[in-house]
Amino acid sequence: MTAIVLENLSKTFGKTLALQDISGQIAAGRLTGLVGPDGAGKTTLIRMMAGLLGPDEGSLRVAGLDPVTQGSALAESVGYMPQRFGLYEDLTVLENLRLYAELRGLARADYRHTLDRLLEFTRLGPFTDRLAGRLSGGMKQKLGLACSLVTTPDVLLLDEPGVGVDPVSRQDLWRMVQALTGEGMAVIWATAYLEEAEQCEDVLLLNEGQLRFAGRPKELTSRLEGRCFSLCGSSDKRALLAQVLTAPGVRDGTIEGDRIRVVMDAGCPAPDIESVNAVIPVSPRFEDAFIDLLGGGPGGQSPLADQMPEVASMGDVVSCQNLTRRFGDFVAADSVIFRVRSGEILGLLGPNGAGKSTTFKMLCGLLKPSSGEAIVAGKDLSRFATDAKLRLGYMAQKFSLYGLLSVRQNLAFYAGVYGLRGREKKERIRQMVDGLQLDSLLDSAPDQLSLGFKQRLALACALMHRPPILFLDEPTSGVDPITRREFWTHINGLVAKGVTVLVTTHFMDEAEYCDRVALMHRGRIIALDSPDRLKARAGQGASMEQAFIHLIEAEPDE
Amino acid sequence: MNSRRLLALVSKESLQIVRDPSAILIAFVLPVLLLFLFAYAVSLDIRQVHLGVVLQSDSARAQSLAADFSGTPYFRVVPVRHRKEVTPLLVSGELKGYVLIPADFDRRLFRGDPLIQVITDGTQPNTANFVAGYTRGVLVNWLSDHGLQAPIRLDARFWFNPEVETRKFLVPGAIAIIMTMIGTLLTALVVAREWERGTMEALLSTPARIPEILLGKLLPYFGLGLVATMGSTLLAIHIFDVPLRGSWAALLLVSSCFLVPALGQGLVISALARNQFIAAQAALFSGFLPAFLLSGFLFEIDAMPAPIRWLTHIVPARYFIESLHSVFLVGDVWSLLLQDMFAMLGLGTVMFVIARVKTRKSLE
Amino acid sequence: MNASRLLAQILKELLSLLRDPRARAILVLPPLLQLMIFSFAATLEVRNATIAVFNEDSGQPAETFVSAVTHAGFVGRVIPVFDQQHQDDVIERGEALLALHIPEEFSRLRLAGEAAPVQVILDGQQANTAQVALSYLQAIAMAQADAEEPIVLRHAFNPNLTYQWYVVPSLSGILSMFIALVVTALSIARERELGTFDQLLVSPTTPAEIILAKCLPAVLVGFVMGSIMISAALLLFRVPFTGSLLWLAGALGLFMVSVVGIGLMISAVSKTQQQAILGAFAIGVPMVLMSGFATPVENMPLILQWVSQAIPLTHFLVIVQGSFLKAIPESVVLSHLWPMAVTALVTLMGATLVVQRRLS
Repeated sequence: MTAIVLENLSKTFGKTLALQDISGQIAAGRLTGLVGPDGAGKTTLIRMMAGLLGPDEGSLRVAGLDPVTQGSALAESVGYMPQRFGLYEDLTVLENLRLYAELRGLARADYRHTLDRLLEFTRLGPFTDRLAGRLSGGMKQKLGLACSLVTTPDVLLLDEPGVGVDPVSRQDLWRMVQALTGEGMAVIWATAYLEEAEQCEDVLLLNEGQLRFAGRPKELTSRLEGRCFSLCGSSDKRALLAQVLTAPGVRDGTIEGDRIRVVMDAGCPAPDIESVNAVIPVSPRFEDAFIDLLGGGPGGQSPLADQMPEVASMGDVVSCQNLTRRFGDFVAADSVIFRVRSGEILGLLGPNGAGKSTTFKMLCGLLKPSSGEAIVAGKDLSRFATDAKLRLGYMAQKFSLYGLLSVRQNLAFYAGVYGLRGREKKERIRQMVDGLQLDSLLDSAPDQLSLGFKQRLALACALMHRPPILFLDEPTSGVDPITRREFWTHINGLVAKGVTVLVTTHFMDEAEYCDRVALMHRGRIIALDSPDRLKARAGQGASMEQAFIHLIEAEPDE
Repeated sequence: MNSRRLLALVSKESLQIVRDPSAILIAFVLPVLLLFLFAYAVSLDIRQVHLGVVLQSDSARAQSLAADFSGTPYFRVVPVRHRKEVTPLLVSGELKGYVLIPADFDRRLFRGDPLIQVITDGTQPNTANFVAGYTRGVLVNWLSDHGLQAPIRLDARFWFNPEVETRKFLVPGAIAIIMTMIGTLLTALVVAREWERGTMEALLSTPARIPEILLGKLLPYFGLGLVATMGSTLLAIHIFDVPLRGSWAALLLVSSCFLVPALGQGLVISALARNQFIAAQAALFSGFLPAFLLSGFLFEIDAMPAPIRWLTHIVPARYFIESLHSVFLVGDVWSLLLQDMFAMLGLGTVMFVIARVKTRKSLE
Repeated sequence: MNASRLLAQILKELLSLLRDPRARAILVLPPLLQLMIFSFAATLEVRNATIAVFNEDSGQPAETFVSAVTHAGFVGRVIPVFDQQHQDDVIERGEALLALHIPEEFSRLRLAGEAAPVQVILDGQQANTAQVALSYLQAIAMAQADAEEPIVLRHAFNPNLTYQWYVVPSLSGILSMFIALVVTALSIARERELGTFDQLLVSPTTPAEIILAKCLPAVLVGFVMGSIMISAALLLFRVPFTGSLLWLAGALGLFMVSVVGIGLMISAVSKTQQQAILGAFAIGVPMVLMSGFATPVENMPLILQWVSQAIPLTHFLVIVQGSFLKAIPESVVLSHLWPMAVTALVTLMGATLVVQRRLS
């Protein structure tokens, strides 16, 4: 049965073409992924299905209704969860649920039963009286989903529900959604993450407002059969990746723990590189197919890193000694101990609310430890602030850019704040602009940039003073795979020069880039090891995500 | 209109008000502060104005006139011997004016020449006017008491406010300012906040209809406005000693009528500006300042130039302040109140039509 | 303190204030528009008033008196009434500011050379206006006497009591205060909401530099706007200027520094922009009310008079009014400068400390 029919849909905003001639069908009782890079038109399409935007051309029918003319009937049969789900942060979990139950006209007789079921489903039962603003990111998403499910809609529209959600919560979300399709509901899940897309039954792949593929993910993936390999090398994995990406016929390459995964052009054999010991053919993934469809991944050279001087090795660059932070009774970070060696990438992973950000903030000097010490670049940050700060770069999740200043002015500002002046300042800015290809955008405002360019600009600002230590706080949240590869190319290049990187992330493919991963849970570090060894702990052939869930669930409940 | 959905929206909004510290600040703390300031700090009352008296004559008559200046509650007399000493005091603002009683006072009295000189500090015209008026009053009374002149005696009676205390008209007027803040500023901010936080998008996708969403916003703030009115009125009566000569029923009725355009204006602003900063700016500029300056609260509308006078007709606070003065100080003058209520409801209807047209169930 | 770090931040603050033409317009136009409207609207003069006349006397002296009153400059409209009830109604309904009741025996008493009473009923709801009108009436009544006016009245500094001579210079202080207050109140709160504040805090810059960098551009903007409005007072409204422009400029600068200090204090303690806006509002309005703009400071209770001494606007108003009309001597200017300096020092140090405490 068909739940949604799209016919030649087009939509423009000002001069931007958001959607162009989209036609297709979405089946009931199935999970359909709406996939595409940042700015592909996913949100526009979903809003049209929800009746919040009208098409400029073409028509659509959702659950047999025309969203433009039958808006009020449509609202009864469509559940919609916007990107930033509209939870009222000053209402409790139960009050939020009640509000949407009333608005959607849930029958009084079903009240108790439905709410109990949803609370159990979301595992939010113990938190009914907590304010929504105090929930962790994952819990918010689950509550948001529950709010759009208080009545059983025919069509459920979810706009990037997985952003900022840790693997454990993401697993919960999937479980919930799969149960729903079993009941005959059509679920549309928009995402830029291809691991999620791969689990969908059908996908619609959008790029720059055009529909590039519709069908089962397997269909797309199967085109790459025989073109994917896992390389085991003796040299440094980052150097190897850079080498692999410059080899002829390579479509895409990523780091997976100690190995390199490559996708080759059709008909090309695996690259022949001296330091590679073993080439193992692997089955293609949806992500490979996606990158292939969009023209392949970016190259492995980072012109930015090439300009950076070598950083002398200095042993342990960061060390935490019993770092503890309390907020009232709540212990956000509990005797955290770890060291980071010079030229290493350390990943900080953990469920939402595990204490990653708190630890991070203490290391950057944004938060004072309740007890314990954080030594960065040989200095105690709480005492020698200005000195040590010149040696660290920081890039926040929200890309801290001044929206009211142009790109050029942002760069000049950060150069100045780090004490650069005169010719040195000009030269440094020039290098950043060249290294990150920002020249055409120098006079635009950061707000007008795409997510990818914002990320580049934020990186340029954080690196202006050539810090030997780089702190990255969820640097690629909400970013599509191609942009993420570009970003990591730069980071890999920097690390090759001896820069030390600390990164927090929710993405397992990002964790694969790390030399070591520290897994945090309830304020403590429960595991600290290389990605491959962590995976091995969860059993033969386990993925990073499985390892994560395995380790968290092995912890005793409190 | 579905009563169940409406009720859910109303109770949601009420919970948010109770939990939002800035709503509490605007609705309860600021009103008390403003009432207090209008009762005590902002006073146009002429009491104890510093007045210099330069007494150059030693005659008994001149001295008795000087004593009369000291005898009124309006002036606090600073005796000065020489004229030269007065000018610096006038420049520094320590004196608001002075009276010069010349050496030949008695001779002037006999010849019918001008008797005294009054010099005021003209930089503050209002005070200067009072000094001129009250010194003249003192002299006229002195002349008539001594049987020296038979003037026209103005027998003045201030109705509704016999002690002529500005507090009695400023405190009721302040209620209008407070209600404007709750109705316009707070409403504009909370609707803008729903757009900013993305909750409006979620609401729009539910079966709730636009009138329900709008009404769900308004009813709680309507209630909050009435509660703030009642609280302010109780303060006014019991703490600031302002009489309530009309009835509570009339007071609540005109307040309700005023809340219609005030809330409507808040909705219009937030429908046009989906951003809290711009909403706050617009609410201040189009709501608060006109209520303060163009409503007859502090400044007499009749004295303004004609174009500004016309402008005041579209300021709802103008009608509300007139009604409030009447209910507090005069009584229930229904002929006046009905006229004002009609005007406020008319303005309110216009606001709501604009708000309804501008808020569409879409994100475009 | 590092010059290039400071310069970069000052430039950043200036650009975020002025780069966007729309932001520039929002900053500059409303205050100028307000200056234009309020200089005409904010007047305590009595003009164009409606009065009621209930004349029971048909004699010549009564006619002369009534005619003198109805032709007086402050009267706009006259409602003739013919009985007590109608007279009371007119006052009750607020239609007339005052009612003049001339009794039957008025002319007889006047001709007999005796004191002749006239009843004036004033609407006490408008206490201020009513009192001013009464003083006008008194002057008219006095002029009816055959003898020469017994008072020689002169208004020093402002002979015709032109209200705008008072309002326009004062408004230049009030409006530029609000500009500087809002600009600075938002500055830290906005960076905090957008996340750029953390980025600043991880850089080597110090809290003192952050505060100083936020202070200077706001002072500059407030100073320029204040100067524009003072120039408007001079050139457009033609208010006479008798003091020293140099001293006034210095006072305006110091005034802006102290206001910016208050604004930064608000900003440093607010968590969100909404709190900052409402905070600036909740502090700014009482400051205007207690500054002596609307009503003289001496009229306030003693405790509030002390509070008003801590408000920079109180002192600036004395200086700006004095500089325009009173040729205010330097010693008086100085005596009002140091309280502003104290406020500036306390608030700026306070804001620095709040930022510092967040850091450590």
